[in-house]
Amino acid sequence: MRRLLIWAPLALFIAFFVVFASGLISPESKTIRSQLIGKPMPQFALQPGVAGKAGVSSAELANGQPHLVNVFASWCIPCIAEAPQLDQLAQAGVPIYGIAIRDRPEDLARFLARNGDPYRAIGGDPNSSVQIALGSSGVPETFVVDGKGIIRHQHIGDIQPQDVPGIMSALGAAK
Amino acid sequence: MIAEGGLAALWLAAALAALQLVLGIMGVRSGRTDLLAAVRPVAVVQGVLTLIAFVALIWLFVTVDLSVALVAANDASTKPLLYKFAGTWGNHEGSMLMWVTILGVAGGAVAILERRLNERTLIATLAAQAAIGLGFYAFLLFASNPFARLNPAPVEGQGLNPLLQDPGLAFHPPTLYLGYVGLSVAFSFAVGALVTRDVGAAFARAMRPWVLGAWILLTLGITAGSYWAYYELGWGGWWFWDPVENASLMPWLAATALLHSVTVLATREGLRAWTVMLAVVAFSMSMVGTFLVRSGILTSVHAFAVDPKRGTFILALLAIYIGGALALFGLRVGTVREGSRFDAVSREGSLVINNLLLSAILGIVLVGTLYPLIAESVTGEKLSVGPPYFNSAAGPLALILVAVMAAGPVMRWRRDDLKAVARRIALPVLVAALALLAVILLAPGIRILPLLGLVAAAGVGLASLAPLWKRNLRRTPLFIWGMVISHLGIAVSMAGMAAESAFTRETLVATQVGATHKVGPYIVRLDDVQPIAGPNYTAIEATITARRGEGGEPMILKPETRSFPSPQTETNEAAIKTVLDGQLYIVVGKPDDQGRWQLRAWWKPFVTFIWLGGALVAFGGFLAMVGRIRREIRHAPPPEFI
Repeated sequence: MRRLLIWAPLALFIAFFVVFASGLISPESKTIRSQLIGKPMPQFALQPGVAGKAGVSSAELANGQPHLVNVFASWCIPCIAEAPQLDQLAQAGVPIYGIAIRDRPEDLARFLARNGDPYRAIGGDPNSSVQIALGSSGVPETFVVDGKGIIRHQHIGDIQPQDVPGIMSALGAAK
Repeated sequence: MIAEGGLAALWLAAALAALQLVLGIMGVRSGRTDLLAAVRPVAVVQGVLTLIAFVALIWLFVTVDLSVALVAANDASTKPLLYKFAGTWGNHEGSMLMWVTILGVAGGAVAILERRLNERTLIATLAAQAAIGLGFYAFLLFASNPFARLNPAPVEGQGLNPLLQDPGLAFHPPTLYLGYVGLSVAFSFAVGALVTRDVGAAFARAMRPWVLGAWILLTLGITAGSYWAYYELGWGGWWFWDPVENASLMPWLAATALLHSVTVLATREGLRAWTVMLAVVAFSMSMVGTFLVRSGILTSVHAFAVDPKRGTFILALLAIYIGGALALFGLRVGTVREGSRFDAVSREGSLVINNLLLSAILGIVLVGTLYPLIAESVTGEKLSVGPPYFNSAAGPLALILVAVMAAGPVMRWRRDDLKAVARRIALPVLVAALALLAVILLAPGIRILPLLGLVAAAGVGLASLAPLWKRNLRRTPLFIWGMVISHLGIAVSMAGMAAESAFTRETLVATQVGATHKVGPYIVRLDDVQPIAGPNYTAIEATITARRGEGGEPMILKPETRSFPSPQTETNEAAIKTVLDGQLYIVVGKPDDQGRWQLRAWWKPFVTFIWLGGALVAFGGFLAMVGRIRREIRHAPPPEFI
């Protein structure tokens, strides 16, 4: 009896360990679905975020053609990692509109000079009001918007090389 | 350079931990005094090196060195200094470094301070501490290097989660970590004592201040965390049985049991195996808690630093340390001599019941916390275990525990007479009976659990003062005062919980500006709603006038709903007015289509007693600590001169 009691804690721990380990190994089934998908872009008109480039307004996003809207900032580190993929998409002919969150024009110019400039236009959102309206949960974040200005797809976080085909097919589906 | 210096210090500390472990094992096996003597200085230098690494990271955060990836991701030049400082540990890597630092410094402190313990046992303890340290060093250096550089450096950092930008939360994690790591020292002492088969009073006395210190900090951490959740989350509740809360409650329950059993071992040489077991369990619960919070296998409102890779690493550490300690326990505890005997009716007997009840509550919380995980792996369904399970399962046991707490301190060690004990607690029992009568008359229809809670609080509140009865108060040892105040604190807390749960009044309405509503004894009127802008958020702020009765003095409350852009979060800033007999708690929500505002108001009688009690419990622990240390100094052998 005493021997059994002595080893009971270890046996219990091993049982818990198996549960922990299986919980850790089992694939994650959570996907975040934005409530904005299928809804039109909120109304906004942003001033140019950087000298020499147009600003962005919601009206021009409903011009009959699908595009990407990329929420980013020069102070955002994953945005640097994302830059080559955005360049690749731009070279494939995808129109990309940028919304720069809480940024200064000179910082933004430096960021674009260093990491490339795939944007057709960049709107400056100094107090994050458009970001809030979009329900965006941080930078970077990318929306696929169809020709009527309706959000079709939301990508949270930086676009990594393996995400590019998914974005392209979402754009194709938004035609 | 600072970052490289910090990293170098960390590598050196890890190397010294390895040396400490090897020297310790060789020394304890061979008994060679030169090897044994080398371990203490190594432990001290290891502690100093971890401290250097930690200070280096603080420095990088305070100066906002954005070429360090961790700083760039969690700091910003525009942040207030306090949050630059606190940002050091407001993230995964920094908090792990803080953990290792406390571990290393605690090991160094044991090496310097501990003089009475048998030398071999102490060295085995330091070796065990080094073994724990090594696992966490490996974790830091291979899986979460806090000093990694970022090239090119960004021009601005990303800042800190706005929910964490709260002075309370800046110091909440260090408090809990100090508590967890204090338990790691107790764990090392237990392992050391098992290795040398030296489980006795000296070991218990050496371990006790660490358990006591850890317990005080855990008590403070849990109390503060509960108040933070209460005012910051805006739900009006003070305990949610959330996995993250449970992660701190479980080590506290184990530490509370350990604190009581270690006293039995230190005073009466009893409960040897049980005390060692509890020391292992207490630290295991700290590690299980860390694992649950960081692995992401349980979802929680506080979810933080979620990463399965890190979860795997911590799980491996868990297996090595807990599994290893339990195996050592199984192998060795059979050879530990049984402790002194005692009767069922005795101080020891009551402490055994205390320990069993605390362990049962711990089991209930552990099962409830892990049940969703178990259920998912068996049935594949996601489900959660809510407050009804915890309250109805743990509540009655807690009540019995509190009743035992009333009787235990008035019992004699070794053997007591049941009749004499009954006579000593007759007065508190009478008071409890009167309270029962009073509550039933004044609040008919009160639910059974809060009713018993109020009754127990009244009886125990009085009983906790019994050890002072007929004593010369000025000559009563400080640790007796500590016990009395801690037990009184439990009664106060319990009164608060019972009153809050029985008498809270809640009003939830959609209201227009100018309308009045009644909540408890108060009449509240929505005067105005205005948008306002904060430094890094936008908000709507309501102005509400509250009066107690028709002719009462007006009080102005201004609840807010804040929207933070990065990361996008909405927080409810409740407006809370504290008066003598409770709190008025008001939250304002969103407007509906007809322009009416959602208003939620609570009147919570005596809710502040919950945290006041918690503070008393911790203060009692502090007094006991001071009292024990003073006694130790007075009774210490004279310093040795060579």
